[in-house]
Formats: sequence, C-alpha cells, structure tokens
Amino acid sequence: MSELQTAPKSRRNTELLLLLLALVVGVGANMLVGLDQDRAFDQDFFAQCITLSAVALAVHIVLRLRAKYADPVILPIVIALNGIGLAMIHRLDIATGDAAAARQLMWTGLAIAAMIALIWLLRDHRVLRRFTYISLIISAVLLMLPLLPGVGVELNGARIWVNLGFATFQPGEIAKITLAIFFAGYLSTNRDLILLAGKKVGPLQLPRWRDLGPMVVAWLVSIGVLIFQRDLGSSILFFGLFMVMIYVATSRISWILIGLLMIAFGGFVAFKLFPHVTARIDGWINAFDPEVYNRIGGSHQIVQGLFGLASGGLTGTGLGQGRPDIVTFANSDMIIAALGEELGLVGLSAIVLLYVLLVTRGIRAALGTRDSFGKLLATGLSFTLALQCFVVIGGVTRLIPLTGLTTPFLAAGGSSLLANWLIIGLLLLISDAARRPAVPGHSGAGQPPRPVSGVQGRSSTSRTSTDGNRKHNTREVKQP
Amino acid sequence: MNQAIRNTWIIAIAMFALLFGSLTVVQFFEADNLNANDWNSRTLYKDFDKNRGAILVAGNPIAESVPSSDDEFEFQRVYNDPELYGPLTGFYSLVYGATQMESAMNGELSGSSNDFFYDRILQLFSGSQVAGASVELTIDPELQKLAYDSIPDGVKGSIVVMEPKTGNILAMVSKPSFDPNQLAGHNTEEVAANMAELEEVPGLSPFTNPATESLLAPGSVFKLVDTAAALESGKYDEDSKLDNPAELPLPGTNVSLPNFVNGGCSARTTADFSFALEQSCNTPFAQIAMDLGEDAIADQAAKFGFGESYNIPVNVTASQFPTGMSDDLLAQAAIGQYDVRVTPLQVAMMTSAIANDGMLMKPNLVRTVRAPDLRVLDSPKPEELQRSLSAENAQLIQQWMVNAVDRGIANRAAIPGVEVAGKTGTAELLAGSEGNNSWFTGFAPADDPQAVVSVVIEDVDLATGSQLTSPSARQLLEAVLNK
Repeated sequence: MSELQTAPKSRRNTELLLLLLALVVGVGANMLVGLDQDRAFDQDFFAQCITLSAVALAVHIVLRLRAKYADPVILPIVIALNGIGLAMIHRLDIATGDAAAARQLMWTGLAIAAMIALIWLLRDHRVLRRFTYISLIISAVLLMLPLLPGVGVELNGARIWVNLGFATFQPGEIAKITLAIFFAGYLSTNRDLILLAGKKVGPLQLPRWRDLGPMVVAWLVSIGVLIFQRDLGSSILFFGLFMVMIYVATSRISWILIGLLMIAFGGFVAFKLFPHVTARIDGWINAFDPEVYNRIGGSHQIVQGLFGLASGGLTGTGLGQGRPDIVTFANSDMIIAALGEELGLVGLSAIVLLYVLLVTRGIRAALGTRDSFGKLLATGLSFTLALQCFVVIGGVTRLIPLTGLTTPFLAAGGSSLLANWLIIGLLLLISDAARRPAVPGHSGAGQPPRPVSGVQGRSSTSRTSTDGNRKHNTREVKQP
Repeated sequence: MNQAIRNTWIIAIAMFALLFGSLTVVQFFEADNLNANDWNSRTLYKDFDKNRGAILVAGNPIAESVPSSDDEFEFQRVYNDPELYGPLTGFYSLVYGATQMESAMNGELSGSSNDFFYDRILQLFSGSQVAGASVELTIDPELQKLAYDSIPDGVKGSIVVMEPKTGNILAMVSKPSFDPNQLAGHNTEEVAANMAELEEVPGLSPFTNPATESLLAPGSVFKLVDTAAALESGKYDEDSKLDNPAELPLPGTNVSLPNFVNGGCSARTTADFSFALEQSCNTPFAQIAMDLGEDAIADQAAKFGFGESYNIPVNVTASQFPTGMSDDLLAQAAIGQYDVRVTPLQVAMMTSAIANDGMLMKPNLVRTVRAPDLRVLDSPKPEELQRSLSAENAQLIQQWMVNAVDRGIANRAAIPGVEVAGKTGTAELLAGSEGNNSWFTGFAPADDPQAVVSVVIEDVDLATGSQLTSPSARQLLEAVLNK
C-alpha cells in the first residue's frame, strides 16, 4: 500500500498495451473460428472485431479521463474473456444456426456503455455508501420481480427471468451488486458493534442474537430464491457473498461457522423437501447411472459436458474442430465444456488463470483502498466472481452439483454480462481510489478516509471504547 | 480487516486450485475412460467427420467416403456393388457401429493406426485432417461376380475361391446378401427401420459374413481329414484295403451307419482310398476313425486349422471337431455329421493345404494398404500357417480327388483337358428332413493348382444341391484357368 502511494504511476500505457494483446486473443480466436468454417473475414467477423475493439478503447479513454489510477490489468483481462466468449458463441452459432453471437455483441456494447456511464457519473465508489438501504430495497424489488405474474417468466424450471418485451432479463444478476452494496454499507457502519458485543465461548466470539439479524436476512433471501425461484446457483452466490463480507468486516471465524451451519441446514432441508434440488444432487452423485442419465432433467447434460472436456484432452481439438454443440446449453451454462473441448486443458487453464488474476487484482484493490466500505465492496464483488467460477466450472467438472450460474463474461447472456461489467466498473473505481496518490481534499468525496492504520485500530480497540463507537456509528447511520 | 481480505483471497485461490484439479482429472486422467464410454457419441461423430479411406477391388472403390452436404456429418460412406460385396465389406453405421472389413481395418481406414503417427504429429501443427488409408483387397471382381451369380437368388449359400500357394482369397460371396448403404445412412431412425427389415430376411444376418462365420455340418468333405489322418498315422498307405460293408453297426447302439443306398459304393465290399473317395463311401472312413481314435482325427483336423479363429483380417470363426465322443459318435463325426462344424473358409483352407502339397497358407484378403499420398503402408506377404500333412501324402490325396472328378460322383466339376481335383459332401441337417448342406471343394489344375474353390449350398434337397455345387465350381475354375 505504501509503495503505491510513493510511486503513483497511472500505468494507462501498460493497460493500452495489454488491451491490444487481449484484442489479439479475442479477435484471433474469432478469426480461427471463421477460418475453420471457410467463412473467414465475413461480416460477422468484422462486426465483432470492430465493436469489441471500439468499446475496449472507449473504456480505456474514459479511464484516462476519469479514473487515471485504475488497475491496468483488470480491463484487458475482461476484454480477453469477453472476446473468447464471443468467439466461442460465434463458433457454436455456426454449428447450430443460431444468432446468439450478435445478441451477445449487442449486450457487450450495452454493458460496457452502462459501465462507462457508471464510471463517468459515480467517479468515487464511496458515494454508493449513501445508498445502503436503498440498495436493500432495490435488491428486494429485483428479486421479487420474476415472481410477479405477467412480468416474470419461467424458463427451464427456474423462475428468475423477467420479460422486457424485446428480451428476457435476469434481475437477480443485478441484485448481487445491490446486495453487495447493502452488505458493504451496513457492515462498514455497524462493524464495531457487531464485533464487540456478544459472548465468548471458548475460542469463539459469538455474535449477539440481534446482530445475527442481517445474516438471517441473507439466509432467508437465499432460501427464498431457492424455494420460489428454484435457482440453486444464485442462492449459493448470495449467501457466499454475505458470508465473505461479514467475515472480512469482523475477521471472526465464528461467523463462518454459523454461516456454514445455516447453509448445511438449509441445504439439507432443501435436499429433502424440493424435488429440483434432489434431482440436482442425484444427477451429480449418480451421473453415470443409466436411469439418472436418461431421466428428463437428469445427468445427460453434465455427462455430455464431461465427454466434451475429455475429448478435448490436453491440447484440445482446436477451435471449430470439436463437437461442443452436442451438449445442451453449450453457449451458456456449458460454455466451459465447449472451451475445454476445443482449447484443451491447456487453453482452459489459461482462461481459469485469467479469472485468478482478475480476482487477485480485485482483492488487491480491496487491500489498497482506504475506506472499509470500499474494502468490503471490492472483496465481496471479487469473491462473487471467484464463487461464480467455482460453482460453474466445479459443476461442469462434477466437483460439485451442477447449478445454473453463468460463467462471467464468457457465457451467452445479457443480464450476466451487464452485471459483471458493472462489477468491473466498480472494481476499477475502487482500484483507482486505492492507487490514487493521497492528495488532501482530492479524495474527500465521501467520508474522510479511515486512517490507514485501521487494522491495528480494530485489534487494539478495547471493550471500553465500545460506547463511543456505538454513538459514532448510530450518528452515521442516521445521516443518509 | 486486511488480514481477512488476504484470507478471502486464499479461499478464492483454494477454490481455483480445486478447479484446476478437477479439470485435470476430467481432461487428463479420466479422459480415456470418458472417451470410451458407450454414451459418448463424440468419438463416433469424430469418426464420421473423417475422410475415411476407400476399400478397393482391382483399383475400383467398393466402399468409399464422399462429402456429405445435407447433414451434420462431413462424409457419407457409400458402397458400390453393395450386395456383391456386402458381407465382405460389412457396414460402417452410426447406429450399429462397424463390421467385417470396415471394423477389421478401421485403424487404417480411419487413419488412427500407428502407421499414421507421423501424420498425426503434422496434423497438430497444420490443423488439417488425417485422411484414412485405402485398402486394396485380393478379390478378383470377375470371379466375385461369377461366384455371386452362380448361387441362385433365394438360395442360401457361400463360395470361397482361394489361391492355395499364397492364401490370397480371390472371391468370397454369400447369399442372401444385403445392401450396406441401407445401414450407413446418417438418419438413425431410417437405419433402424432398414435393419429391422433386413433381419426379417430368412437366412440373413447383416452382422456376419457366412463364408467366415457360419458353422455348418461338412458332411463327406470331412473325409479328406480322415484320409489325411490315416496316411499320416503310418498305418495306412495308398495300397491299403478298406472294408466297405453296406452297413456298419455302430458299437454300443442298435443302429448302423449305411453307405448311400443309390450310390456306387455297393459295387465293392473292399475298397482302396481312391474308390472310397470317388464314391464317397461312409463305412470305410467310419472304421478308419474308430481304428485311429478320436485324438488322431482331432489332431489332423487341428493341423488343417480347426479349433483356431483367424483374422484375415476379418474375423474367422473357429471350426469345431467335438471331443470326448464314444465310438458310435466318432463314426458319425468321421463322415462330417454329429457335431462337426466348419466354416466355408475352413473347407477352402484344408483343400488348399492338400493342393499346396501339404502346406497350409494363411488366408488373406488384403493386398495393399496405401496412405492418401499413395505410399504403401502395408502389403501382406504370403504366410505359411502350418504344415498339415507331408507332401507325399498330399499328392496322394490330390490324385484321388482328381479321380473323384474323373470317374466319381464329383464328375460335374470336370473341365475337358484339365485335371480337376474335387470332393463333394452332403450333410444331413436333421433326421427326417429333406434339407441337406451340399458341398463341393476342389482345385485345378491338379499338377499346378491355381485356385481352390469351395462351394456350399445350405438346406436344399440332394438333387438341387449337386446341380448347384459342382457346376458352379467348374465355372469358377474355368474362369481362373482362362485368365
């Protein structure tokens, strides 16, 4: 942290260089797809290359203007992932005669435009702290929307879509951002309170019952999503997000243990009570049982995905040379299997490493930024990305049960693309705040930044200072 | 707070590490198992997208892959003269897999055999598909056609023509035949319907080649084995006098084994080998078998190739000589009844061994295997399988077989001006049934055999059988000699 302050370089030129590299990857992949099908350099190809390059450069320019010190690695990684995703969706279109790549391209443009607007208008992530409770309400509304008759649509057994007239949208994707904002705002405000009250049992500092409130809320939201929307993936995601944020806020293992117990209980009850969860688990454990394999909604998809991955082997069949179209939902839920088949273990590992880097840069921003709201938000959002990867790729490789989450930036799906690009926008802003030289007055958009020694401050806080903190915090809560 | 953030990062990294682990398991350690899984249509799809090599006869493709434009596969397998070659080529089907030559030579045809190792390395870099090798068969198209036409439609039968000196198979036909194109389509429902229809055809199994896989009672053709066993034992020679009673009481039973009632056997009560073979008398051979014992006959049968399955390269079912028989059963087995079962190819093999002065050559269907760049990958050389009997004894039997055609019951195979050697056989299928397996096996010219012809017509009455077998063989031998 300190060296970043003493050596403030914007590193925008590094970003430009990496961005060109990322575009070479994305455009190159798309070109290989076309070459293999004897339709290289057609209209689709140029449309995709030009759009992708244009929006990438647009973001780059906006960063130069508005967030000069933003992390230079994040944008190129995401452009590379988005480009690879577009190429694979395009490749699957050729096999299936679909036009998903055009839609994905449109959503990419839209998502990046939304992100540019976010960066341009927000300028400083700390502004969001003012919207803590509004975020909660927005989250609630977003999660309720698909359940409303007339608005909500049920697709493939999950009721998580709303009909926008021209397209369907998954409001839950946006809800993960607003929920993260709420958790970050709530926890950064009430952190000390939660931290210091409560009984100590052995090595565990147990929270007070009333402080458990938000956790119970998060648990109820997750269970609600699971029951009413039948969306296991999002349910895991929301709860994982909250657990990590409360752990970061409190550094207490006890919260994790309580959270895991609640997950275990909720998961067990869901497994017993809800047939769709039972079917998922069964399809995971007994994937190769002929009965499960042939059942509708059984393990056919995951087993076919495994075949795809296996046929790719170490080096893959090469783009356009495999048969990833055999797998159902090859361009969305199962895009990892498609990439694994054609790029092999080597190529897929490279892609997963991009995610590792991306998450690492997000966490780096969390470490670097000075305000606890930003730390919580950046950690939560980064962890969301990691958790999505884990749930999706783990599901596809049969490490865990398969759930319907999207692979960030790769999978076809507008809502997911929009939400994840907005997450990137927030991470870029937070990283900008983290790396920006501390000029007095410059960073004062929100509350004055916490002292850098905040960590020590927490650990040295004694019980006697609890009252003072409480007063301070209650005042803060009332402010917005 | 920062320590917790770092711990969160460690948790995230741990999750990614698990993902790397599970990806490695699926894509590397378990990949072979998954690729071999029966549900994995991908391996099949991969094969059907390949430019599979052709199967050729005299330079013309009888099975080839042509670009397929109207479906999701790149190539369509097409069979030319499909019914003529159907049982030989087999089929290459999405639904039923590959059979016969398509299966036996799959590595070469699909380009996945070790011969292509270098090409596949190149493919890694060039991205181009490895095209399969073409397989040229030893089949002579004219003989194949002649053989096919000599079995009338509606009759079940097989013919094998083989070069005794090389083991090369010049013709191999069976009826009823089928059209492999019906099973090679990419529309799985249509293919399944066609298969159901083919399986209704009496006497037809699209999966097998009757010439190499049908096990039939050989009847009197088996007397060649008895004769060889007798000569090889040293107890008998060309001058041996054999008892030739009209009926031989079978020990331990109250039935007796008769000679053919209307045949020429009744002319003599003692016979030499030549006469016994000419007229195909039953009782002398039954006595020889009981005299020599089961083991001697079984050993001789094994020397002719019984009890072994071969890959030529299509699979040849092992012919059977039963063991542990009582004398009465042995007597019946000696005349090719009871549980003796042979493939048509086995009969051709033992005839070849006799024709080739006792040396049994390995039967072979493949002349050359060529890479797409016409480089010869393989061209099997004639291979000695084993010595079946001494040259002297073989020559004795050759002469007796010539006599059988000249003045015996195989005379319908005679070609003017050529020494034709032959032996007929008639195997009763069921007691009381009219049906017989009618056999002829022979070669010409006897002093320098160019071809062995073995014909079997299944389940026909005596007259029809003898009308079909020997004349067909004569036609084929003539065709060989006119070349």
